[in-house]
Amino acid sequence: MKLPNINKKRILTLLRDGKRLDGRKPFELRDISIETGVSINAEGTSRVKIGKTEVVVGVKMDVQEPYPDHENEGTMITSMEFSPAAGERWEGGPPGMDSIEIARVVDRGIRESGFIDWKKLCIKEGEKVWSVLIDIYCINDDGNAMDASALGAIAALKLARFPVYDEKEEKVKFGEFTDKPLPLTEKLPLTLTFHKIGDKLIIDPNRDEEDSGEARITIAVSSVKKEKMINAMQKGGITPFTIEEMEKIIEETEKAYDKIFAEIEKKIKHVTK
Amino acid sequence: MTPKTEETEDTEMEIKETKCERKLVIPGETIASGEDYLPGDFTRKEGSEVIANRYGLAEISGRVVKIIPISGVFEPRRGNNVIGRVEDINFSGWMIDIGGPYSSFLPLMECPRFINRNNIAEFANIGDVIHAKILGVKKGGVDLTLKSRGLGPLENGRLIKINPNKVPRVIGKEGSMINLIKDNTKTEITVGQNGFVWVKGELDGEEKAEKAISLIVEESSNSGLTEKIEKFLGGKK
Repeated sequence: MKLPNINKKRILTLLRDGKRLDGRKPFELRDISIETGVSINAEGTSRVKIGKTEVVVGVKMDVQEPYPDHENEGTMITSMEFSPAAGERWEGGPPGMDSIEIARVVDRGIRESGFIDWKKLCIKEGEKVWSVLIDIYCINDDGNAMDASALGAIAALKLARFPVYDEKEEKVKFGEFTDKPLPLTEKLPLTLTFHKIGDKLIIDPNRDEEDSGEARITIAVSSVKKEKMINAMQKGGITPFTIEEMEKIIEETEKAYDKIFAEIEKKIKHVTK
Repeated sequence: MTPKTEETEDTEMEIKETKCERKLVIPGETIASGEDYLPGDFTRKEGSEVIANRYGLAEISGRVVKIIPISGVFEPRRGNNVIGRVEDINFSGWMIDIGGPYSSFLPLMECPRFINRNNIAEFANIGDVIHAKILGVKKGGVDLTLKSRGLGPLENGRLIKINPNKVPRVIGKEGSMINLIKDNTKTEITVGQNGFVWVKGELDGEEKAEKAISLIVEESSNSGLTEKIEKFLGGKK
């Protein structure tokens, strides 16, 4: 069901007092859970839940020809899809506007941060490089699929292992894995989306809040030795953000980054040990 | 305003009767075989086997085999009280989204008071929430009516979506559960058979009631549900 008017009214009245429908504070995140080992065929997989929003991410590796302008660098392709079971607004068929946007934002966040060391993905310059394919599938949508997808992609990349590559036949042996992880750097990129409802800002909206919002801004941040760096931004919606609001957003981004960063470190270290 | 349908009381009774013989079944699964058994709710008979039509808990009480579904869409039936959102307005009434696969229509004629044909939106506009009763289920869709006590547009408060199969649990035996929540949170609650719950009251009470309802839905198949809810409501008073 689409957003009922009464719920929008409630969200607005509650936000005036700094409260939200589910009792959270404006800049409080929902519980995050990261599950691993979801698929046995993919090189790296994760299932991320933020509240009721749930995404499954798979990372596949393949050997391809590099792009002519980056002859010694690996490539990456990100795709995202909403399952028709994710919510009644999603239908089967080719990815729509929302999923393409999410895929692009996630892709850009990872690409621009330098999280993957592209040069190390090169097998033979100008001829063969590793290609990283990130497939994101949203299986339940309760708002903020953007941040969940980005988080899932990071987790899956962190867990990914190279498949066996047969150099004689120049073929990848799918289904056989080496212990070699992807060449990742310390610059963990995270995507955080802020929504503006009325003149109030919130993070991690649920479905109703996302529908009542007039504008949103997505910030891709990474950190180098506690120093945060903004890698990319994406704005959606019709209303503008003021300078003060942007300052507040940047401030809250740093706080939320630290929180999620700790969560990822805790959960993923546990698995890789 | 608590909807008390026959269904509600029936399912409650069953739980008391047979607590032991319950099995989780999926559609197509054979629950029992032999000529001794008769198919009940959500089951069918193929040859001498009783087969499940829905995902749920199978129950064999005497000769009758039935299923208490735990998932699935709302199936509208005549006389159900439902809560829906106005999707569209035309000259003869409102199109209402009540969830599930059917489209439903509330004709202007079924409104208890006079409404100017040129000003339908004043009574209920797109996005408004309406509490209505199902007049009949036809091939093309569902017809609704407001000609009964307590029906009409719902103002203020909030709308929550729950699994429609858990509605009998949320209401409780003769409305015991819902009254428990109402009294403890000082809220007004209306439960639609289609799984939409409308809660209105003080902001804190609304939030608490919503949490209590989701707790019921989560814990519905566990024993001692009433005690748990009592504890939850009393604990944070």
